[in-house]
Amino acid sequence: MKSESELATANGRHEPWVPLMEVAAREVFELMLGCELTVPETPAETNFDVTSMVGLAGKLCGVMSIRCDSKSAVLMASKMLGCEVDKVGAEMSDALGEVCNMVAGNFKNKISGLGDGCMLSPPTVITGSDYSMHSGGDSPALQLNLLFENKPIVITLQIHS
Amino acid sequence: MTSNVRALIVDDSSVMRKIVERSLRQAGIDLKQVLEAGNGAEALAVLQDNAVDLILCDINMPVMDGLEFVKQLAGVENAKGTPVVMITTEGSESHVVQALSCGARGYIRKPFTPEQVKEHVLPVLEHKS
Repeated sequence: MKSESELATANGRHEPWVPLMEVAAREVFELMLGCELTVPETPAETNFDVTSMVGLAGKLCGVMSIRCDSKSAVLMASKMLGCEVDKVGAEMSDALGEVCNMVAGNFKNKISGLGDGCMLSPPTVITGSDYSMHSGGDSPALQLNLLFENKPIVITLQIHS
Repeated sequence: MTSNVRALIVDDSSVMRKIVERSLRQAGIDLKQVLEAGNGAEALAVLQDNAVDLILCDINMPVMDGLEFVKQLAGVENAKGTPVVMITTEGSESHVVQALSCGARGYIRKPFTPEQVKEHVLPVLEHKS
């Protein structure tokens, strides 16, 4: 019997992982930020200017990223720290990086065989929107469009192999 | 022993260190002193000059990870018998076994609730007393 990860890789399709990504993200936001993610009726085009990325290496290679606008990132940090948004400074990047790290870790722990066989990199956070990302991924990225406090966020998993 | 607790929180995220501290307070633990370190090497340096009652430690950190820190803790005079509880995104059984075999006394997976912190930390503190 193949594990879920072996099956998905063998078929070249990872779409069944999207609901697991969503569950992983919902758990992180509910437990660590005390708020519920919702699904937008239609994905909104927004100027995301903060991107957090965590690399995965091992049985699954790829990059998980979370993109949002800076106001959302500040709001995430304020909820994590339990302080007002105007008190958040440099912690914004740390907070969004940690959120991405927890979503990636929670996601891999939900897939048989990946908990042990897949390492996470420390998070990298990019601020600004004038950039392009080129990945060596060999399959279409899995993407989740969600709302955090009614503001759009996008969670993406680009799989390399 | 849940009053006048001196805790050392080891995590490369300062935001996460604050969350862990808040979770300890929400768990009803009266913290007398909270020391922080960004990795295992910093934590060992902190323990050269300070004794604590409880250490909460991440696994994936730069410079020195949490498992190596726990291994080296045995050689630190100030830390002999001090319980370590791991708090980490690494949630597999092998990580848990590895951490416990290195000397950790508890294991909490991120994301976590204050209730989970209470459930894992209180027995460790009570056992220490």
